[in-house]
Amino acid sequence: MSHTFDDISAQLKRRHRRSARLKWISMGALGLAGLFLVLFFADMLVKGLPAFQQAQIQVEIDYNEDAQRMGRAALDPDESRLVSRTFERLIPVELRENPELLGTTETRWVLADSEVDQYLKGHRHKLSDDQQATVDALVEQGRAALKFNTNFFTTGDSKMPEASGILSAVMGTVMTMLVTLAISFPIGVMTAVYLEEFAPDNRLTQLIEININNLAAIPSILFGLLGLAIFINFFGVPRSTPLVGGMTLALMTLPVIIIATRTALRSVPDSIRHAAFGVGCSRWQVVRDHVLPLAMPGIMTGSIIGLAQAMGETAPLIIVGMVAFIPDVGASFTEAATVLPAQIFTWAGEPEKAFVEKTAGGILVLLAILIFLNASAVILRKKFERRW
Amino acid sequence: MNMQAAPRQTLGAAPEVGQPHTRNEAACHDLSIRVRDLKLWYGESQALKGLNIDLFQKNVTALIGPSGCGKSTFLRCLNRMNDLIPSVRVEGLVEMDGHDVNQTKMDEVALRRRVGMVFQKPNPFPKSIYENIAYAPRMHDLVSRKPEQDELVEKALRDAGLWEEVKDKLHQPGTSLSGGQQQRLCIARAIAVQPDVILMDEPTSALDPISTATIEDLMDRLKEQFTIITVTHNMQQAARVADYTAFFHLGEIIEYNDTKTMFANPATKKAEDYITGRYG
Amino acid sequence: MQTNQLLAMFSGVLLLLGLIAFFLGRAKAARVRASGTAMYAQPDQYAWFAVLATAGPAITVGAIGAFLMLLLGAEIPTLYLLAGSLVIAAIGLLVGVSQVKPDFHARQAIERVIRWVLVAAAMISIFTTFGILFSIIFEALRFFKMHSFWDFITGTVWNPGASFLAAAGRAEAGATGAQFGSVPLFAGTFMITAIAMLVAIPVGLLSAIYMAEFAPSRVRTLAKPTLEVLAGIPTVVYGFFAAITVAPLIVDLAGFLGIDAAYNNAVAPGVVMGIMIIPFISSLSDDVINAVPDSMRQGSLALGMTKGETIRDVVIPAALPGIISASLLAVSRALGETMIVVMAAGMRPNLTANPFEDMTTVTVRIVAALTGDLEFESAETLSAFALGLVLFAVTLSLNLVSVLMIRRFREKYRVNNL
Repeated sequence: MSHTFDDISAQLKRRHRRSARLKWISMGALGLAGLFLVLFFADMLVKGLPAFQQAQIQVEIDYNEDAQRMGRAALDPDESRLVSRTFERLIPVELRENPELLGTTETRWVLADSEVDQYLKGHRHKLSDDQQATVDALVEQGRAALKFNTNFFTTGDSKMPEASGILSAVMGTVMTMLVTLAISFPIGVMTAVYLEEFAPDNRLTQLIEININNLAAIPSILFGLLGLAIFINFFGVPRSTPLVGGMTLALMTLPVIIIATRTALRSVPDSIRHAAFGVGCSRWQVVRDHVLPLAMPGIMTGSIIGLAQAMGETAPLIIVGMVAFIPDVGASFTEAATVLPAQIFTWAGEPEKAFVEKTAGGILVLLAILIFLNASAVILRKKFERRW
Repeated sequence: MNMQAAPRQTLGAAPEVGQPHTRNEAACHDLSIRVRDLKLWYGESQALKGLNIDLFQKNVTALIGPSGCGKSTFLRCLNRMNDLIPSVRVEGLVEMDGHDVNQTKMDEVALRRRVGMVFQKPNPFPKSIYENIAYAPRMHDLVSRKPEQDELVEKALRDAGLWEEVKDKLHQPGTSLSGGQQQRLCIARAIAVQPDVILMDEPTSALDPISTATIEDLMDRLKEQFTIITVTHNMQQAARVADYTAFFHLGEIIEYNDTKTMFANPATKKAEDYITGRYG
Repeated sequence: MQTNQLLAMFSGVLLLLGLIAFFLGRAKAARVRASGTAMYAQPDQYAWFAVLATAGPAITVGAIGAFLMLLLGAEIPTLYLLAGSLVIAAIGLLVGVSQVKPDFHARQAIERVIRWVLVAAAMISIFTTFGILFSIIFEALRFFKMHSFWDFITGTVWNPGASFLAAAGRAEAGATGAQFGSVPLFAGTFMITAIAMLVAIPVGLLSAIYMAEFAPSRVRTLAKPTLEVLAGIPTVVYGFFAAITVAPLIVDLAGFLGIDAAYNNAVAPGVVMGIMIIPFISSLSDDVINAVPDSMRQGSLALGMTKGETIRDVVIPAALPGIISASLLAVSRALGETMIVVMAAGMRPNLTANPFEDMTTVTVRIVAALTGDLEFESAETLSAFALGLVLFAVTLSLNLVSVLMIRRFREKYRVNNL
């Protein structure tokens, strides 16, 4: 009945081939997933990096009488069509504030129109042949060039692509995140402390646990519905504000912080608790003085990751109205504001081609912030990780 | 026993390399596996220090010795299960059917097909009892048609002494059986592939005494068809079931002997001390 | 503005009272202690107890009053409410300081309060779930009063039309056109989810198999967090990627094959959503495959099975509950995904089986209904809550089934880290 090695090996050849195929296919799948990631980042970089440069033109400004009413009159007629209209609108304002400028001239680098910008970057543009010739000549004379786009980081949204920036969105994000963290961090940590250190194992505790796991998996848009129905319509929190956006995101972030904190608390060995009880600490003192400090790095890591998640969230914020057009940097938690992802969403919906680049630029900024946050969470974990 | 025992080596002339010290005349002496100068390292530490042993067909050979002495490691050399541990390095000859099984051109899958194994803890697959047994023969093309397969499953289960207990619930999951039944299922699974050798790594250590006795009876019957090499912690078990016994100590085979002689009159002092319970 | 000033004054006075309570309490406790009497607690603990006795009841009364005003519309003048709270605070201060006695367990009292605060924090997560549930149900019921539930579930035409006019008091003009049949929305949602799963399940599962079974440990420690980056990218970014990069690619590809594809076809958001979901499946599957006991693999290898056969016939079946659980979570994720479809899928409710046509989803309609300048009372706005209710029910059941399956897997193999 016994088989020789040669018999067996002959039959095995086919089976080994099939086994090797599984290995290569599965390796290919992982490679494919990696390829997606690389393609995605490459695409975003190609589309978004040009946003950090903007065409500028050196023009001679002639502060004459007409320019008091119509800024365009101050510029050379050929060049005036190549200059951003935001700049033209500024000239009468300048004259009103500094009447002594009247009659003087000044040479200055100013923002070019977005079509010039797109032309210089080699993208699709709407310049006529004459205008192209003018721009080419200006470039030749060194009077038109792509320069670093500081405007992008120092202004808010605008209907004109060349003048729009992300500052108001960044400030809105910062304020919204402050609200989110101020609410979700204390409540999340307290909930976790209660569940891990105090709660008896009864029905209520189990209900809370199931509920937290479930909250973590509820579609984010439903949190938006909650924010709209409860916070805005019922409690009368003002719409579109960092306050209502932050409160909505706080509820979404809560389960992340709770789960991370519980893991951190659980990783503190019981021997520490027993030792503290042994010297006569009460349960609360044990938690406050011994367990929480040891669990803090884990709690911080989890909170940063939760914050990063909330920072990229858009859907619930759209529902609570945080997609407003916000040209100015907001100063208060109860004023309308927008956030980075919402700004990206707004720009992505603009018809002008030049906004594609702005959108991708905004995406790069958002991704950079998220990578920074996640990297600091990883470093924090590495640095304070303790094996018991 | 006598504390000033005379050196036992004087009892007879030293045996040839790899041969047992005393012959068990009742046993079969056709060679199954020849092992020469087998060395094994886990990373830097050497676990087997040049083993020589001839294992005979249609016998039960028991490997005994204190824990950490290398008997399980040795067992796993025989079907190259040690390959699964990345840091392991093996040197020396393990010869079966004229082939050196340690050579890279030797297909370890083909080897394992001829050298089956039963583990310490029963590990049935998450499949039905029937599938647990039918699976491997089907993959090996041992059966092609359903009636053949049914027949083979029944035969394996009968050989393993499990048929009467499970014939009405062949399609229930293998994990629904008791521990002892699961272990017999694993033995049935191993013999269904019709291997030459079955390695057993402490097959009864996780079982109750009654299940243990059942499996010992089973080993006694199975040795008519298969070469059985078993590692055991339990010296009574070795004495009951084995034809030959090898005593391992610190990665060496100290004594390889007919089981009766080994337990009645061991040739070495170390084996005697171990058997009489002076350490272990 | 006046309310704000009142609130500021209230907080200021309360803070002052708290400080008084703290120092009075501590001074008294220190005095008692200096007289040589043994006390149950530290002076600071008495002080904190006095503070709690002052602020706690006052804030509670204030909050209850505010809540009554909001909930029942009770008219309590803010001034009286706050003044009343302050009186209660003053009484609390007196009681708190008078409780500074040697035989009073100040520490235990404080810790009882802390415990209740913790319980209250834990209840917030429950309130959130109920908040979502009730707000959605309440508004959805208002919707179902206007349009029948049956038509909503079985209707095949979604055309809110001019329904907002009805809310504006011109019912006769708006009532005619509006139809709320959600079937095309759910068809679109399931089509896009199905495409996403066609991408995510094979790629995610095979990646997990490679990482868990074949990859050298260095590759594995690198690959897993790298894949998880895919899950960390904001969905709005994926939406942009789908709309600007992938959709034209799909149109070109389909054109090459002779298929007419719309720019907001279902394939682009589906594929991109699939990419996003890969790590959900790969990470959890990788954990589950690793949790399959090694004895299973050894048992199979010892029978002369190849590695591939062992994985296919032993490891994967053993890990199946976990893999299914991961896939269900992924489906629930895809159903509720909003930004990718809002940016890359169509707006037109379209009941079709052709993935290259434009179609819309539940979440797109929710966003569309709530971002216009519509009256909140209009049927279209409220329809968003009806859709949200269905979405909630479906994702909730998927999550629960998924949790149950993973729990069964965990009990079977006694692993705790899943």
